[in-house]
Amino acid sequence: MKRYIPLIVLFLGALYLVSPLFQRSKSDYNVEDFGRIPVVANGRTKPLDSVARNSLLLLQGRQRVVTPDGVRLSPNEWLLDVFFRPELADTYQHFEIVHPNVLDFLELTPEGGDGKKRFSYLQIVPKLEELDRQSELAIGVEAPVRTAYQRAVLNLRSHVILYQQLKHSLIAPDGSDFLGDLLRLQDNLDAAVAAVRNREAGNEADPELVRFTMTMGSKFLRMDQIGNLLVVPPPPGGPEDSWHKAGHALLGTFQHGSVNVHALTFAGLQHTWKSQNPEQFNTLIEKHRAEWARNYSSIITKTDAETRFNQASVFGRTTMSLYVLAFLIAAFSWLKWPEPLQRSAYYLILLAFIATTIGIATRMWLEGRPPVTNLYSSALFVGWGSVGLCLILEKIFRNGIGSVAAGLTGFCTLLIAHHLSLSGDTLEMMRAVLDSNFWLATHVIVITIGYSATYLAGFLGLIYVCRGVFTRSMDKPTADALNRMVYGIICFATLFSLVGTILGGIWADQSWGRFWGWDPKENGALIIVIWNAIILHCRWGGIARTRGIMAMAIFGNIVTSWSWFGTNMLGVGLHSYGFMDQAFVALVSFVATQLVFIALAYVPAEKWRSAAALKR
Amino acid sequence: MRDIWDSFVQFFTSLRVTVVLLALSIVLIFVATLDQVNLGIWAVQEKYFQTFFVFWNVKGFPVPVFPGGYFIGGLLLINLIASHIYHFRFAWKKSGILLTHAGLIILLVGELLTGLWQEDYQLRLDEGQTRNYSESYRENELAIIDATDPDWDQVVAIPEKHLRDHRDPIQHERLPFRVAVRAYYPNAAVEARQESATSPAPANRDIGARLTIIPLAMTYKPNERNLPAAVIELLGPGNASLGTWVISTMLVQPQTFDYAGRTWRLALRFERAYKPYSLTLLKFSHDRYIGTEIPKNFSSDVRLQSDDGTTDREVRIYMNNPLRYDGMTFYQAGFDNNDTTTVLQVVKNPSWILPYIACIMMGVGLTIQFCMHLFAFVAKRRRTA
Repeated sequence: MKRYIPLIVLFLGALYLVSPLFQRSKSDYNVEDFGRIPVVANGRTKPLDSVARNSLLLLQGRQRVVTPDGVRLSPNEWLLDVFFRPELADTYQHFEIVHPNVLDFLELTPEGGDGKKRFSYLQIVPKLEELDRQSELAIGVEAPVRTAYQRAVLNLRSHVILYQQLKHSLIAPDGSDFLGDLLRLQDNLDAAVAAVRNREAGNEADPELVRFTMTMGSKFLRMDQIGNLLVVPPPPGGPEDSWHKAGHALLGTFQHGSVNVHALTFAGLQHTWKSQNPEQFNTLIEKHRAEWARNYSSIITKTDAETRFNQASVFGRTTMSLYVLAFLIAAFSWLKWPEPLQRSAYYLILLAFIATTIGIATRMWLEGRPPVTNLYSSALFVGWGSVGLCLILEKIFRNGIGSVAAGLTGFCTLLIAHHLSLSGDTLEMMRAVLDSNFWLATHVIVITIGYSATYLAGFLGLIYVCRGVFTRSMDKPTADALNRMVYGIICFATLFSLVGTILGGIWADQSWGRFWGWDPKENGALIIVIWNAIILHCRWGGIARTRGIMAMAIFGNIVTSWSWFGTNMLGVGLHSYGFMDQAFVALVSFVATQLVFIALAYVPAEKWRSAAALKR
Repeated sequence: MRDIWDSFVQFFTSLRVTVVLLALSIVLIFVATLDQVNLGIWAVQEKYFQTFFVFWNVKGFPVPVFPGGYFIGGLLLINLIASHIYHFRFAWKKSGILLTHAGLIILLVGELLTGLWQEDYQLRLDEGQTRNYSESYRENELAIIDATDPDWDQVVAIPEKHLRDHRDPIQHERLPFRVAVRAYYPNAAVEARQESATSPAPANRDIGARLTIIPLAMTYKPNERNLPAAVIELLGPGNASLGTWVISTMLVQPQTFDYAGRTWRLALRFERAYKPYSLTLLKFSHDRYIGTEIPKNFSSDVRLQSDDGTTDREVRIYMNNPLRYDGMTFYQAGFDNNDTTTVLQVVKNPSWILPYIACIMMGVGLTIQFCMHLFAFVAKRRRTA
């Protein structure tokens, strides 16, 4: 029986991993195909599904929305309501506000919010002017020196703006019958244009028609000015970068003599969604997709893949659970049934590794870039690299340590990635200065693998200390194995962080004219190299023994975290492209815990619970 | 005597010293990184790295508190070279380590030479404009120009540091007068003087009589520079005063006066480096991603013409693709004036090749060493398995 446990675990794990792909919405509406509609936002083509998910993450840090009536909405259903039933969306509590002083001037209390922190647009509206005034005050302060309150104010305002932009992206959100108005304009276009011309020339004109035409014109203008999504594609075979906003296309009505067909489709979707008519809604969506499949198949291929990628959520909860499970199983294997449990844990890690590999590869294909392009993707890649190294270690040593370390680092990096994803689209466009696939593919990858390895050495150090101090399970062979692992990984880390740092220097020489500029990120990388060199020299010179090396490896976690995140928090230098502030607290706490572990490493050897086992 | 020498050698070849020095360098780099927020990148390099000691101001006296970059780097270099001389025994097993350390020596030396020799300038060009000089990022100079001949100027340029340091009037064989600095401000704004102002005008000649000088705090921000101002007095034979002038880098137009039958111009300007060739900006492009303000690419189409007539070609300078010419490298660094002005960074670094050599040596060295360890490890496991 025991022989089959690993295989059963493998099967169940695989099933669990692919389960999100087979979840279907229970809605009568073809919401999935709505989510597949391609638009251009933040400089790239993406499905509305990504717009919905990213917007929700930005506004409230999660993708789940519950209406005041307790109905749970998928991101796409939420976006449909924002687009087409804004009067309902205004009541959804999807603005996260936590700063007490911000709540104060909005005259809100935590009790009034969903989960004591999420509020609706209607709740904010009475104080919009005050929000504007506070933002004006805060915006005068340079970004690096803004207080938490000022950042919270500006954050909230940018969220309110984003919400308004979305509302104006497809139709005019004023509660009118937009489709009816557009059709009326379509039917009377010549008369309408003539009437306005007559009025301007001072001649007699039908006042009702003039008023109607002018109103429509100003609605279109508002949509063009406020909306942020480019939803009208170039004509088939036209230049790729001539996407337009719906408002812009509608303004063209008066020149082209007809209402843009895409804009008309959106108005039709609004009509059917608002009147809750699933058959018509689905027919429209089907037609739209057929039209796109005919004329824009290359765009559809990518956006459909991205939708599936979103749905599979390979960097989300399922993969994280697999890592945690593998960690627990592998750790438990040190107490009982080592052979089947370690194999099971290994399989689970392998599954999660394959999932993240596919995920990273998909991102690369979607973006047309090497894997690491921003902080978010660096978190994914650091995790991927260190889990990969762990798999090798586990294959060689077969003692569960590799799986435990993989579970830990895999889970932690995905958690970090999740928090980094809250700042918006993770497939963002590269700023000009970083736009070089060659250097992204060499310097960035090599240095990120250096991070992975340094972290891995640190986590192996943690395992050594915790297992030695808190359990009786660490005997001499295990300690020796850990020692060898840490040594090997640190050699690997030194190689990669050194080569990576130097490649960075060469990139800098190529782009900015100096090999080394003492930029914070460069200094951070250099510190990692020096620290690894110190560990190696201490070992070679016999200055530190196993315990010292382990403590130093754990300190490597601090050094690497500083280089990875700390330097970005300074807000200076050429690499400060990923500025974050909430992360500061997380960083400080992480450093504190690592210092505690280092202190633990120096608990006198005879007090370790594994003291007896280690002598054997 | 022999004992002292031995312990001396032992100290400098000891691995402990290496480790201590490396640890000190980490502290130095870390503190310097933090201090960048206050001092900016250039001042930090001078304070922490291009110095033997880091000084703290204690009640106006500089007190050395920590070894600086030259100190630590120098000792590391001695330590590295000494231990290789004294413990040198060639063995294939050590070849990777040797190569790595040799690369490190070259890297350290290269960094020292870069610190000594590298020069940074910037070149601003409006569309259609031609220039045959670049300007310093930080240094300024007082240019005194003999503009009598309409065909050519004769320029005497006095570096800013002489204005700052000189107590005595400055004398130059090409000038029929001496230059005395009456006031000097490292960073100042000049503004039109109010009619009602009671304080005397800072100078009595030209625009200086209608200005006030407002001293400002020195700035260290990466995107700002200090704009110095000074009041100078020109002294003829027998210390006869020709008058006093306000000079400032904010005053773009030179001030003109006649003396000794010649026409002179005065200007405090960004220090210039003239070249035997010129660049003309044909077109600057700034592409953005569709529907956003995120820059996609900056590029400058320039025409490069040398004075000797051997070079005349069009070049495109863009991100990650600089122009290398005449020992100088021109990088796309910025833009201005609604995308009609390009800012190029001009760098001269004769030792730029050293890091490349060092990199290859260290990369190869470490790879060799790592692979040898790995193969030995795998072989050992095979035997035990």
